[in-house]
Amino acid sequence: MKEQKDLLLHIQEIDFALVELTLYLDTHPDDMEAIRQFNELAYESRMAKRNYEEHYGPLLQYGGSYSGYPWTWNNSPWPWQI
Amino acid sequence: MWLYEKKLQYPVQVSECNPRLAKFLVEQYGGADGELSAALRYLNQRYSIPDKVIGLLTDIGTEEFAHLEMIATMIYKLTKDASVEELEEAGLGAHYASHDHALFYNNSAGSPWTATYIQAKGDPIADLYEDIAAEEKARATYQWIINMSDDPFLNDSLKFLREREIVHSQRFREAVEILKDDQSSPSHY
Repeated sequence: MKEQKDLLLHIQEIDFALVELTLYLDTHPDDMEAIRQFNELAYESRMAKRNYEEHYGPLLQYGGSYSGYPWTWNNSPWPWQI
Repeated sequence: MWLYEKKLQYPVQVSECNPRLAKFLVEQYGGADGELSAALRYLNQRYSIPDKVIGLLTDIGTEEFAHLEMIATMIYKLTKDASVEELEEAGLGAHYASHDHALFYNNSAGSPWTATYIQAKGDPIADLYEDIAAEEKARATYQWIINMSDDPFLNDSLKFLREREIVHSQRFREAVEILKDDQSSPSHY
């Protein structure tokens, strides 16, 4: 559980920066440096999630993530159970 | 459409079962300035707002649902192991009578969530000023709850949410300026 939490925290950190940059860019659409950071972090987020999902199952609903066999989306823990 | 992601926006841990704090926190779940109100307010206003700020309302509205899930997680963790006696002592006897340990969209005094908490005026400046005020009221509510909480883990997550209100307020203020700049160009009005 500790390793899962650590990997999740890493994703939460990257994705927080992406949320923050998204809102910032919504009102500052011409900031090229911020867009560069956004695209870099979007790539990092994908890599971190690919790694997490190999061990702990899909993060995204409706085909945003691949499934293992048997169907793994249903598996606990859900976020509020961690 | 929306995609669910199986993670919280920010970790939520609590030190111990504490239904008294849960009773206060539910204000941010189903209260007037809570996260449900925020999400529904912004995602509804975006259909009649000028194109330049639709993205902002969509993105902040979506983030509010992530905050709603964090609040739900806090309430769930603070109450899941509480006995009936403990719920009663915390002032949640009436809640238990109707909902057992289930969460429900009401404020800390038990009034159910109502659409009268939110507004959509169709006037972009009126709507954005309402949004700024809503963020400031939510920020103040987080502060009052932090003032009553002695749980350091919970407070860490509450402080994250308090900061998000400040950022949202700032972005909405910028959106007002963007619309004012636009208003001075005759091609738009």
